[in-house]
Amino acid sequence: MTRIRFHQELDELKHRILAMAGMSEQAIDLAVQAYTQRDLALCQRVLNNEDAINRAEREVDEFAIDLLAMQQPMAVDLRFILAVIKINADVERVGDQAVNIVQRVMNMIELPAYELPVDIPAMASRVRAMVRDALRSFIEGDTELARHVLEADDDVDRINKEAFASLSTFMQAKPEGAVQALDALSIARNLERVADHATNIAEDVIFWVRGADVRHGAGQSLAGS
Amino acid sequence: MSNSFLQFRRRFTDYLATFVAAALSTIVVGALVAIFAYLVIKGAGSVNWAFLTHTPKPVGEVGGGMANAIVGSIMVLGMGSLMGIPFGIGAGIYLAEYGHNRLGSLIRFTADVLNGVPSIVIGLVAYGLVVFRQGHFSAFAGSVALAIMMVPMVARTTEEMLLLVPQAVREAAFGLGIPQWRTTISITLATARAGILTGIMLAFARIAGETAPLMFTALGNQFWSFSANQPIAAVPLQIYTYALSPYDDWHRQAWAGALVLVALIVGTISVVRYLFGRSVLREVS
Amino acid sequence: MATAVEVRDLKAWFGKTEALHGIDMAVESNHATAVIGPSGCGKSTFIRCLNRMHETNPVARSEGEVKVGAMDIYSMPAVDVRRKVGMVFQKPNPFPSMSIYENVAAGLKLNGTRNHKTLDDVVERSLQQAALWDEVKDTLKKKSGASLSGGQQQRLCIARALAVNPEVMLMDEPCSALDPISTAKIEDLIFELKQKLTIVIVTHNMQQASRVAEFTGFFLMGNLVEFDRTEKIFTNPSDKRTEDYITGRFG
Repeated sequence: MTRIRFHQELDELKHRILAMAGMSEQAIDLAVQAYTQRDLALCQRVLNNEDAINRAEREVDEFAIDLLAMQQPMAVDLRFILAVIKINADVERVGDQAVNIVQRVMNMIELPAYELPVDIPAMASRVRAMVRDALRSFIEGDTELARHVLEADDDVDRINKEAFASLSTFMQAKPEGAVQALDALSIARNLERVADHATNIAEDVIFWVRGADVRHGAGQSLAGS
Repeated sequence: MSNSFLQFRRRFTDYLATFVAAALSTIVVGALVAIFAYLVIKGAGSVNWAFLTHTPKPVGEVGGGMANAIVGSIMVLGMGSLMGIPFGIGAGIYLAEYGHNRLGSLIRFTADVLNGVPSIVIGLVAYGLVVFRQGHFSAFAGSVALAIMMVPMVARTTEEMLLLVPQAVREAAFGLGIPQWRTTISITLATARAGILTGIMLAFARIAGETAPLMFTALGNQFWSFSANQPIAAVPLQIYTYALSPYDDWHRQAWAGALVLVALIVGTISVVRYLFGRSVLREVS
Repeated sequence: MATAVEVRDLKAWFGKTEALHGIDMAVESNHATAVIGPSGCGKSTFIRCLNRMHETNPVARSEGEVKVGAMDIYSMPAVDVRRKVGMVFQKPNPFPSMSIYENVAAGLKLNGTRNHKTLDDVVERSLQQAALWDEVKDTLKKKSGASLSGGQQQRLCIARALAVNPEVMLMDEPCSALDPISTAKIEDLIFELKQKLTIVIVTHNMQQASRVAEFTGFFLMGNLVEFDRTEKIFTNPSDKRTEDYITGRFG
């Protein structure tokens, strides 16, 4: 096979973005752990790691742009690099969401604890599974797995809406716990956003492998193919 | 072996080769210069107005000239070239553009053989073809002999020059919808023009000095003649006759004739070169 | 959209070797179609069949149907075909024995046109179309064709081909011997020329194919593997072999 150096660089690009994704995944895990354990130290760790994620995003983008300019990639290679650039943005925002969650958690730690009618850890574990599957579909180039991620998003949306309903009810019943409830609602929404980013990643994988743009529901026809 | 020794040996070989090449060239040029110088020394004194305008005096008498021989040479060479050049170029064109087959190989072989045939034999052939048939010697017969010599020379050099024209030039013409015959005439030939001209000039120089073929065709003539159907004088023939004679005066005139002949050849080539000889092939590669 | 050249089951041989194995292609009018593929795949052979230059090689032969407009090129004299389908070659080949003017006029003059006014007009028009007029208009008859720079020589060859007013222009790697700026000028030229004629361009340079051509055909070992809009070929080709070639996995 020719263009050895180019393919080595494509592999390098893949490793870099996966390394960065690992950092974002870890950030979400730590954030949810901080919520369940009401642990300030964990919150601080998440905040400290944020820089590393942002730096990695810049490096991945630069590397990808250089490859575009210097190697004139075509077809699947071109789609791969474009997908990486988009996944890069989504992964960075997952990191941002972890920070947002942690900021809500830090607020909640200051306030008295309440038994809230929302199962954040359960929602988080679904969302984490989506992210993991999306990243694995990227590693393997597995469009089947990517499609499952797209389908799983509906569940997460539903959970988020239920959380909204139950927390609203809770706030009307117990106004003194309203701030905590709002924080929890915020965290739920952050998690829902992470799920959206996971679906974006899945769509980018399908674009890369199939050359099909399945964003915004255009992938329904793909279901049969 | 040390590096510096190798370097020295390399440089020495280089200088040696250059020296040898220069020496050999000098010898060749020197020989040429010597010939010219000798001609000039021996002949210049005898080239005067009388020489150039008078016909030969009867045997034994001093004076006279080669005027009729000069004119005769011009006539015979002119007619010979008129016949030989077109056929030669035509054959050359055929060989280069169309002759990549057995007929072409045959023609090429024949031309090469003819180039090697002794000129006296060609003179005999012309004798048989023209003189014998017509029953008399003539300038025309002489020109036929010279033409027969010219054709294979011109054909081969024309072919070589045409083959030097890159195929890309012909393709460009074909791509424009120009038919092959037109391409050959207007483009390929024009591109190879200088080389073909050189070939023609070389052939001309060769036949200008030929004596043997004229001996049994043009025969020679002591008097003025402007007819193609009668024997005619030619400078090489006169030189031959005079050189073999026992008369000093004729010897002197032979030298003068030789000088005039060489001057004529060089003059003709220079004029033709000046008028037509711009080289085009240099820009193509 | 109209078809300028319709190729059906075109086969070509060099002696006993079959170089093209039955090509079908429809070339769109007033567009540029690129022909790409690895060395030896038959792309030059293919376009040389389109103007019957292939048969100038004594051992070459071709079969099949090629129609330019409504006319079958094998039912008319080759010379006439070549006036409708012009060609520009890889290495610029202006006629060395002629001036710039004579080069451009050659196609007309050597085919019978004598009228000086007509020739003058055509020479100017063609040189304008080839974006060379301004650079040479003062030395038209004085300078020889071969005294120009490489890029200018190629534009001269384009002008020469345009002078006979062809419907289709075939270009066999026209920029491969040129520097990037000359290449860019010629690519701009192609863009302009498309309004008046149809262009088929063979190129080794895929970026060039993607810059100038709306359609691209990928040839491999004498077969047309894929033929589609250029963007499709370069972003998401249908055939794996096409993808392997354009991503550089071979060739």
